[in-house]
Amino acid sequence: MTSSMRKTWGAVKGILLFVVLLLFISPFFIILLNSFKKNKEITSAPFSLPETFSIQNYVTAFEKMSYFHAFSNSLIITVCSVLLIALFAAMTAHFFVRNKTKLNQVMFMTMVAAMIIPFQAIMIPLVQIYGSLDLMNSKAALIYLYIGFGTSLAVFIFHGFIKSIPLELEEAAMIDGCSKIQTFFKIVLPVLIPTTVTISILNVLWIWNDFLLPSLVLIEAKQRTLPLSTFYFYGTYTADYGPLMASLLLTILPVVIVYLFAQRFIIQGVMQGSIK
Amino acid sequence: MITEKGLWHRIKTRLLFTGPTTFIFTTVVLIPFLYGIFLTFTDWDGIATSYNFVNFDNYATVFQDTAFWQSFARTLKYVFSSVIFINVVAFSLAYILTRRRKSNIYRTGFFLPNLVGGIVLGFIWQFIFNHMIVNAGKYFGISLFESTWLADPDRALWALVIVTVWQYAGYMMVIYISGLMNVPKDVMEAAEIDGAIGWRRMKNVVLPLMVPAFSVCIFLSLQRAFLVYEVNLSLTSGGPFKSTELVSMFIYNKAFLARDYGVGQAEAFVLFIIVAIITLLQVYFTKKMEVES
Repeated sequence: MTSSMRKTWGAVKGILLFVVLLLFISPFFIILLNSFKKNKEITSAPFSLPETFSIQNYVTAFEKMSYFHAFSNSLIITVCSVLLIALFAAMTAHFFVRNKTKLNQVMFMTMVAAMIIPFQAIMIPLVQIYGSLDLMNSKAALIYLYIGFGTSLAVFIFHGFIKSIPLELEEAAMIDGCSKIQTFFKIVLPVLIPTTVTISILNVLWIWNDFLLPSLVLIEAKQRTLPLSTFYFYGTYTADYGPLMASLLLTILPVVIVYLFAQRFIIQGVMQGSIK
Repeated sequence: MITEKGLWHRIKTRLLFTGPTTFIFTTVVLIPFLYGIFLTFTDWDGIATSYNFVNFDNYATVFQDTAFWQSFARTLKYVFSSVIFINVVAFSLAYILTRRRKSNIYRTGFFLPNLVGGIVLGFIWQFIFNHMIVNAGKYFGISLFESTWLADPDRALWALVIVTVWQYAGYMMVIYISGLMNVPKDVMEAAEIDGAIGWRRMKNVVLPLMVPAFSVCIFLSLQRAFLVYEVNLSLTSGGPFKSTELVSMFIYNKAFLARDYGVGQAEAFVLFIIVAIITLLQVYFTKKMEVES
């Protein structure tokens, strides 16, 4: 192969890859394009550009799916769950690593082994138990459940990382008069920040988008999270394509905005989270 | 006195550090799991306050429930195709991208579907299958696309596979990229000097070193495909004529719509056992294939 041929071949490969990328993300653009159109236009000419740009669909969707409510529900649930999982799991993992008793090892192994239990194997008894105790239908209950389901993986990842922190660091702090709790918050926790970011990213992707668990727990309309309110909105306005497209886009928008700013961390988080 | 205070102090520290996680984990995962096993031996209907023990009747019902096994067979077909296509696409993308200098925008783009929940992804593709593809099919006169795949019992499952591959390929690609970046440069150079380029280098050098990444990706895609629910619900909700009702949805409907909790839970438990065996076998065999560079 001559060098000019190689160059052309390289350019062709580049263009092909770019076409693949466009095809890959085209579903999102198709929704964006159609979200500005009127119903009739959407069904008769889904590929054409909108005749007139109108944000009426967005206004309708925003109101009908009570977007603001759903968004704040999602935000509260995700933020609380993610922070509490990280804090509790870091403390537990630290305690397990530094106190290697039989009991702790059994507890740790139980948590790790439980990772293989799928949600589907628990959901029926879960609904029964928490339903009969009248603990359903509140954000707090959902956060509580998320902590329970998120603990295993978080403890496991923290455990692996804490093992590599030198004990001398903590001993020095203890000699200087720090209690165990002070040592943890002042010495250990700062070292754990990168791991905490990884775990939190994985948890945000999971909890923000989760549907099945909140659909079982949150029954009242005003408690609904974004995925839930999208789902019910879709169920009620099946043929009203304009607002439906707008509602999908409104649901996607917050994550995409965060992604634009934090994509490096998100992709690194997935990479590190997978090496377990 | 000192030892007593020491003991009390030790208990306090333990409770503070492990108390919340242990308590929540036990009440959310362990107790429901064990209680779930107990439920499979009862005929509870979800409303009645009392129930009877039925021994292994629920399991007998599960093994005779042809609808369940049909759904399971469908799930196997779906899992098998999805796992293969996800990993082929993801690995190819990763391989191409690690050999390019400017690949950030590609990585960002291919990963994008993973930020969005299954419910929304399913609705997006429902529109694409029902309108975009049908419209284009009619325009270009391609009979394969002139009617929607989602209404065709033979094709709807393939539509689901397409969406699943699209959804997870980017995620697995990221894991493959980190695996490929960890293949030592000197090993690649040594292979080149020894005359191993192109397919031979791929087969004899790259693929063996990538076994850990394959192990992780196949494990994740197996697990996610077996337990798929959200995309299934929003893309087809099991239709047409139950031709895409995968096993998660089947169990959900059995328990929460048909209110047959005992049998539903027994089916969930059977699913758990099968998935656990398959994934553990997979991890065991891929571990055995691992090599040192």
